[in-house]
Amino acid sequence: MSDGTLSGRAAENREPLPKKERMKIQRGPMPEQDAMARARNFAEVNLGYTEQLAIIEADRCLQCPKPYCIDGCPVAVNIPNFIRLLGEGNIKGAADSLLGDNALPCVTGRVCPQETQCEQVCLRAKTGTPVAIGHLERFVADWAITHTDVFARANPTPSGKKVAIIGSGPAGLTAAGELTKRGHKVTIFEAFHAAGGVLIYGIPEFRLPKDIVQKEVDRLVADGVEIQPNSIIGKTYTLPELRERFDAVFVAVGAGLPVFMNVPGENLKGVYSANEYLTRVNLMGAYNPDSDTPVLRGQRVAVVGGGNVAMDSVRTARRLGAAESVCVYRRSRTELPARIEEVHHAEQEGVRFEFLTAPVEVLGDEKGWVSGIKCVRMELGEPDASGRRRPVEIPGSEFVFPCDMVVVAIGTRSNPLLTSTSPDLRVTKWGYIEIDDNLQTSMPGVFAGGDIVRGAATVILAMGDGKKAAANIDAYLRGVLESPLAAAAEAAAPAH
Amino acid sequence: MHPIVARAQLSPNVTRLVVEAPRIAEIRRPGQFVIVRRGPGAERIPLTIADVDRSAGTITLVIQAIGKSTNELTALQVGDAITDIAGPLGNPTELLESGHAVCVGGGVGTAVVYPIAQALAANGVKVTSVIGGRSKEWVICEDELRAAGEVIVCTDDGSYGRPGFVTEALRDLCEAGGIDEVFAVGPVPMMRACSELTRPYGIKTTVSLNSIMIDGTGMCGGCRVSIDGKSQYACCDGPEFDGHKVDFRQLADRLNTYREFEQAALERWQAAHAEAHR
Repeated sequence: MSDGTLSGRAAENREPLPKKERMKIQRGPMPEQDAMARARNFAEVNLGYTEQLAIIEADRCLQCPKPYCIDGCPVAVNIPNFIRLLGEGNIKGAADSLLGDNALPCVTGRVCPQETQCEQVCLRAKTGTPVAIGHLERFVADWAITHTDVFARANPTPSGKKVAIIGSGPAGLTAAGELTKRGHKVTIFEAFHAAGGVLIYGIPEFRLPKDIVQKEVDRLVADGVEIQPNSIIGKTYTLPELRERFDAVFVAVGAGLPVFMNVPGENLKGVYSANEYLTRVNLMGAYNPDSDTPVLRGQRVAVVGGGNVAMDSVRTARRLGAAESVCVYRRSRTELPARIEEVHHAEQEGVRFEFLTAPVEVLGDEKGWVSGIKCVRMELGEPDASGRRRPVEIPGSEFVFPCDMVVVAIGTRSNPLLTSTSPDLRVTKWGYIEIDDNLQTSMPGVFAGGDIVRGAATVILAMGDGKKAAANIDAYLRGVLESPLAAAAEAAAPAH
Repeated sequence: MHPIVARAQLSPNVTRLVVEAPRIAEIRRPGQFVIVRRGPGAERIPLTIADVDRSAGTITLVIQAIGKSTNELTALQVGDAITDIAGPLGNPTELLESGHAVCVGGGVGTAVVYPIAQALAANGVKVTSVIGGRSKEWVICEDELRAAGEVIVCTDDGSYGRPGFVTEALRDLCEAGGIDEVFAVGPVPMMRACSELTRPYGIKTTVSLNSIMIDGTGMCGGCRVSIDGKSQYACCDGPEFDGHKVDFRQLADRLNTYREFEQAALERWQAAHAEAHR
């Protein structure tokens, strides 16, 4: 296996199958840990395709002459190519192809919403089920990470240029990989003690094991990326200071402030932001009872919100022993922003949903602990700015849901630590960084991407920004990038 | 890694560690803190920077051993190292330029108020420090504070200085008048008492809050406190706030969130510690 070719039946005869034969193959389900068992542990839910399952699934790909899947991918992975190589029994070739396009395939193979991206536009989805692109990506990526010895170290000619990346989440790590490939010396500044950003503090172990993220980080470090932890930009250093020390800077700090509901009782003991709850459990390892960092283990838990972070929180609460873990969402099932797979997994694990329900107050006991949340029922009215039907309160529908813990997972906003100490950096009225089409900010040589530009979005969109920013930073360092926003800012500035 | 270059026992449960952290030493201003993580698996805890030595590249941390994490930190010796120190965090103290400031320190809070007193004195402000402890052996930083001005020491049992609580000495100072600002740092009941005491006198009173934190950058929201009925984050909006606007009851309540857990962790640690030293 370690030479990157397949064993057994698969390796014997890998002549391409005729299209008709390919069409007959049914999509292989992802092997999963039993729902009742996994609702009480933190081991990964999805177990991954076996080699045999992967090869059969690869044969389902029709190798379209016009592959829509590539357009559907925010980082433009050459999907048909790596699947073809896999189908031919050349896993190493498939891995080389995949890694050439995507710096963190072990991560995206697990957490990407393929159903709204590559798999949504897969031709086979028109008449049945799409090729399981995400599952195949994960299989190839996991193979690559356990066979690092068969990959030649990239050895680009050093450019002599230094780039600072602020934040080691998906955008920062992707940009680091891409810039290193082009010969630039990258230093990542991370505020926490460990690298990975939301991949290690936010996304739980059962969806993205932390040793997988660590291996992706290790791969970058082996390629020459330097990581400087405990460095809060805006405090330990400022952005203008880094700009002086480096030839270019990429700001990828995420949207780091939790949003609360702003209802009475929100400071009672037992109310967490999802950021705090998940960071305690994931980064600080509080799911392990021997951990030095404590976390409350609610018996009846209400998680407010309907996105992936809410799903991660409500499923985490189940695993930490909640007899009842309920997702409270103000719109209906149709509007849930979370991935379908996460919603299904949550339901299988015994999570209950209260749709069209909005909290109006957190109730507490005489000792300051949460005792319940008062909610109102909602109905859907006219579509709002987001295009989704706006929830409207039903008068007189108040009720109390007794609970001992509340997790608020209704989104995040920008953290002003960095921007408030960078006077020349233009931000929107929401505090997000303004960029031009090249992802360059109003400071020449400073680029930005991910949630600090978009507001809370997905891992893969952040990675797409990281990849694009790296290409543009490379162009900037070679002196072939225009910078309209920076030029405009300079023109607007008073003469010195 | 941040090696410990000096260590001193200041009171039965308060230890001073001088630690290498050149960048933080270079840029820290009074009132700021760091988040410390002793090593792999350890908690992240906020600690005020009590002092710095820029030329040596060191910062001074004064730590009260209460739970497992603080006991482990104070057990470190010269030559040991702390794995992670992040900072400087929080807003620096807004320092008076002139006038008379009273700096009140209770217990380990004395080490937090010390850099404020030092900076005020450097600004030319007249500083009177009021510090206290249960008895003589619990009084810390007295000599350091004397360099900033007059020091009134109070002990609960009267074994040293003036008998009674720091609030009684503060009341006398308020009565005497001429105070422009009071800084009060210590246990929550002491900060509340000082703030209530100065309120009728209309003396601006600043307190430094020690909420539970993880990241120290505003990301977790765990340190939120009610200031004038509005939630603010001690880590990035503070740590210093107007004592007349702080909801101290809520603060004390939230600080108790993990009390049972902390007690159990400490007992486990003490048992293991006793075992190791047998």
